Amino acid sequence: MIIELLIHFIKIGAVIGVMLGIVAYTVMLERWVCAWIQDRIGPNRVGPFGLLQPMADGIKLMLKEDVLPNHVHKVLYTIGPMLVILPALVNMAVIPWGSNLPILGREIKCVIADLNVGILFIFAFAAFSVYGIVLAGWASNSKYSFLGGVRSSAQMISYEVALGLSVVPVFMQVGSLNLGKAVEYQAQHGWMAFYPWQWIPLFVFTVSAFAETNRLPFDMPEAEQELVGGYNTEYSSMKFGMFFMGEYAAMFVMSSLMTTLFWGGWSLPFAPFNAPAQVLWVGLAQIGVFLAKTVFGLFLYVWVRWTIPRFRYDQLMALGWKVFIPLTIVNILITGVVLAMIR
Amino acid sequence: MQVQRPKLNIWERTYIPQILQGMWLTLKHVPQRKFTRQYPEVKPLLYGKYRGAPLLVRDPDGRVKCVACQLCEFVCPPKAIRVTPGKRDATRPDANVEKEPQDFEIDMLRCIYCGYCEAVCPERAIFLKDIFAEVGYKREEMKFHKEKLLELGGVKEDLIWKWKNK
Repeated sequence: MIIELLIHFIKIGAVIGVMLGIVAYTVMLERWVCAWIQDRIGPNRVGPFGLLQPMADGIKLMLKEDVLPNHVHKVLYTIGPMLVILPALVNMAVIPWGSNLPILGREIKCVIADLNVGILFIFAFAAFSVYGIVLAGWASNSKYSFLGGVRSSAQMISYEVALGLSVVPVFMQVGSLNLGKAVEYQAQHGWMAFYPWQWIPLFVFTVSAFAETNRLPFDMPEAEQELVGGYNTEYSSMKFGMFFMGEYAAMFVMSSLMTTLFWGGWSLPFAPFNAPAQVLWVGLAQIGVFLAKTVFGLFLYVWVRWTIPRFRYDQLMALGWKVFIPLTIVNILITGVVLAMIR
Repeated sequence: MQVQRPKLNIWERTYIPQILQGMWLTLKHVPQRKFTRQYPEVKPLLYGKYRGAPLLVRDPDGRVKCVACQLCEFVCPPKAIRVTPGKRDATRPDANVEKEPQDFEIDMLRCIYCGYCEAVCPERAIFLKDIFAEVGYKREEMKFHKEKLLELGGVKEDLIWKWKNK
């Protein structure tokens, strides 16, 4: 019992540690990739190849003065950033980041909470993260922040629908809402991205994930040119830092969810990687495969950000309601017909 | 003029091919040659007419060209220059020059690099040189005095050579 508990705590610590590390280095990746795309070098001063830059950024954010403006609603203003970072961290609990690790005769499952309704849990908490932004926008008592918060709520609610509908075909094929089961199915039968009727869900999910995490081309809530900084205009120091971390942590969660649902999670389509691990090193290698795919997803986020300009707000709404939602509903029907014919 | 908009087919109207094209373009830039100049190691290439800090120059004999006429002090828009004129020893062999600055002070924090002092100088003794990154920890350190100005300014070879050709 105690050992079980201990294993759990170690898993939680490891996941949060690795996640925050990756979040810090995603900022680094963002700055590098953006520099390379613009024919620049990027940060290369702090430490070897600039690898210590995230530490410098973190120290800078911590040491800045934490300004609490007079015109804000003090309580909500403080809660806002916390509510942004919390759902992203909680969501990581249900994502399987490996098959299992056989250590000392024990099979350790590589997921913190093996929920049978994993995907519902994720959507519930992803929807929860809009509260942080709306509260921050409202409590800041400034027109730019307010507009950012309002835009964010409308955008996230619209794209939540498309996001939810887009994953339905995946679970129709798998037959379970458990994310671990989804990955095991893909390990045996091939990744979802290889089935033609999963291509529309893959595309819609990817695009909606951009909108969910407020990333370009859908970063309307921030929209620097029109709204100064959107919902985080009035924030400074580590409160702003938490918004920043929350955004990148949400990116990480969405990216790992994309990996789990469509790109086969920890699996690769050949020998030791197409079944749950029996030996320790295979288990570790599978974690590596999962991380590699997720990091590619993060690269995709950054790559798209530095390619496509921001959408207009009505275009965003039209895309969500008039294109993605009908498309996914039709695709659910098509998937149903195809699966009925195959089985 | 009437702009002819290209007719898009249905695949192009989804804008997916354009987006993929754009992403391919940005990806192609990733391994390309970088244009960044890594500043403190590689200095920028400045041309002769660069207007950096105003500095005093010496003539080829190593004498101060400034005659402390104070025109630059009067013309300076932000009043960054302060000249303290001093009399020269009349027994010196080059005593045809009557005055030279006892002290010549330029406050680099006030200077706006307009170049009026260079333009107004009758002896061509002050020039805007290519120094642009002088720093200090105190305001006092940013007030450059005669010695520092002459040291940074160096020698200017031109025809105005007052003790020889007056």
